[in-house]
Amino acid sequence: MSRIQSVFSALKAQGKKALIPYITAGDPHPDQTVTLMHTLVSSGADMIELGVPFSDPMADGPVIQRASERALVHKMGLRKVLEMVKTFRETNQATPIVLMGYANPIEAMGSAKFVALAKEAGVDGVLTVDYPPEECEAFNRELADAGMDSIFLLSPTTEPSRTELIVKQATGFLYYVSLKGVTGAANLDITEVKKRVAEIRKQTTLPIGVGFGVKDAATAREVAAIADAVVVGSRMVLAIEGSDANNLISNVQTLMKELRTAIDSV
Amino acid sequence: MKVYDMPDERGHFGPFGGVFVAETLVEALEELRVMYEKYRHDPEFLAEFAYDLKHFVGRPSPIYHAKRLSEKVGGAQIYLKREDLNHTGAHKINNTIGQALLAKRMGKPRVIAETGAGQHGVATATIAARLGLECVVYMGAEDVKRQAPNVFRMKLLGATVVPVESGSKTLKDALNEAMRDWVTNISNTFYIIGTVAGPHPYPMMVRDFQAVIGIEAKEQMQEMIGRQPDAVVACVGGGSNAMGIFYPYIDVEGVRLIGVEAGGHGLHTGQHAAPLTANSPIGVLHGNRTYLMQDEDGNIIETHSISAGLDYPGVGPEHAWLKDIKRAEYVAITDDEAMAAFHNLCRTEGIIPAMETSHALAHAEKMAKTMSPDQVVLVNLSGRGDKDINTVARLANITL
Repeated sequence: MSRIQSVFSALKAQGKKALIPYITAGDPHPDQTVTLMHTLVSSGADMIELGVPFSDPMADGPVIQRASERALVHKMGLRKVLEMVKTFRETNQATPIVLMGYANPIEAMGSAKFVALAKEAGVDGVLTVDYPPEECEAFNRELADAGMDSIFLLSPTTEPSRTELIVKQATGFLYYVSLKGVTGAANLDITEVKKRVAEIRKQTTLPIGVGFGVKDAATAREVAAIADAVVVGSRMVLAIEGSDANNLISNVQTLMKELRTAIDSV
Repeated sequence: MKVYDMPDERGHFGPFGGVFVAETLVEALEELRVMYEKYRHDPEFLAEFAYDLKHFVGRPSPIYHAKRLSEKVGGAQIYLKREDLNHTGAHKINNTIGQALLAKRMGKPRVIAETGAGQHGVATATIAARLGLECVVYMGAEDVKRQAPNVFRMKLLGATVVPVESGSKTLKDALNEAMRDWVTNISNTFYIIGTVAGPHPYPMMVRDFQAVIGIEAKEQMQEMIGRQPDAVVACVGGGSNAMGIFYPYIDVEGVRLIGVEAGGHGLHTGQHAAPLTANSPIGVLHGNRTYLMQDEDGNIIETHSISAGLDYPGVGPEHAWLKDIKRAEYVAITDDEAMAAFHNLCRTEGIIPAMETSHALAHAEKMAKTMSPDQVVLVNLSGRGDKDINTVARLANITL
């Protein structure tokens, strides 16, 4: 059983939902990323989505774009992200790490080399935003052969026939994008999300995470009532952006505890 | 004879092209693909497109024998396909009309576009005004500064121009931002991409709408000189004017196709926008796989060209394919060489070319010199240079 699967089945046994915070590796500074990852875990994260900075993050809103830009100032590339995961794994072997990013850094490294290095570093899953299932079958096989999960996005516009195609290739969990737009965009429509998640469940037994519009504890609670996991990205990055070196850790802890409490209250 | 038939059903030109987008855009592209398949051979749609090209754009654009330039250069005869005489002053309008007519049929009341030099933005704003569509144009903040007259033109035509402050603040960032708008407003918005890049079906669709350039040129050359040219030369940023004139010639033997990229300060300086000539690695950007200027981490690097319209780190996937199968050749021309060719055409022929086009002219001059006077080089004069007079004046330290 993969680390991601174990986490979901353990939570299910306890009747709990997963909290998955997203941070961009290297934001605000590469020296702080591993510390931040440990902070996320100690303040309630069940899994971490680690963003690989990219110069052209087409699917991201302004908040995560700025995080990428801050990281890129420090020449934060995929190779260094993998080194961070490796360092994190020295003291944490339990918390799954999902890399989220774009295809080009992986292709620049070469997919075989990436898979080998990611495996060695202790990465559990990979979500490549601009790799729809039709364009990444070979890459998925490489990931699967190395025992890593392929995480896919489903959107409000994804037709059932296409969901069928995606769930065939997806492993670990599915990531439902709760709104039409980029990360951190407008408020999500919880009734619509509920309807769509119920529809997706008819086509798969994989756990379903919901993200792209979780702005506060109240939305986190609403989403937790429907989904198996709540993904918090832009809101987390905003907390990092609004902090200085002195209060970075405490601000992240405060937000995480709010979210954890809200999710556990379901 | 082997007939060229590209791309495949999912937009692949060999290893290039494809649909590399987030799931949030997939259905919109699928809708577009289906609608374009429905209309690309529809007689009524094609008749409406042809009518607008004739009566609104002023097509066919003439071919002109640049005799004085040919004599001055010494060598082959240089002919110019005069896309600069189109309404709005460049080839861009051919494509925007095609896509806007499609938007109308799809019932989308709002169109968006990205623009570099502003020519595609102006062409989009123009057809949007004519069809009564709301129009928003994304333009890198740097380009907004460089191309003030075109920004004002778009506003006169009723478009909203949004300066993009992210990344390098140029064309690629404008494209990112337009994609973000599209994914947010999919239900009422049609994204009019200005070049033969982006996810399928854009590279194919833009090529098809621009192919009118090459289709006309073949007929006109036959009429004028009784045969086809020895070489066809066009500038390549994303590559739409080049694809438009190349495409109908791909199956014509004996016609060399030469794409001219922006060499900037010279390939050796790294400050250029010539991924094909510089043998850049293959990568994925803006929805397709192609040759891309990038660093070792796979981040896209900032490009340099004197012409905003060529200042793009990638290139349309079909050009990548034509390079690989050796059907087309790609070369680079520096800023200085392009400027010299710009002045040369102004003084010898009374035509002010766009800075983008001047790259093609510079290479045509180089080639012509090595050829005999009975040979013919056809240059796609893709746009006129009125938009560039401020830049040219600034280079000469003149305040207008």
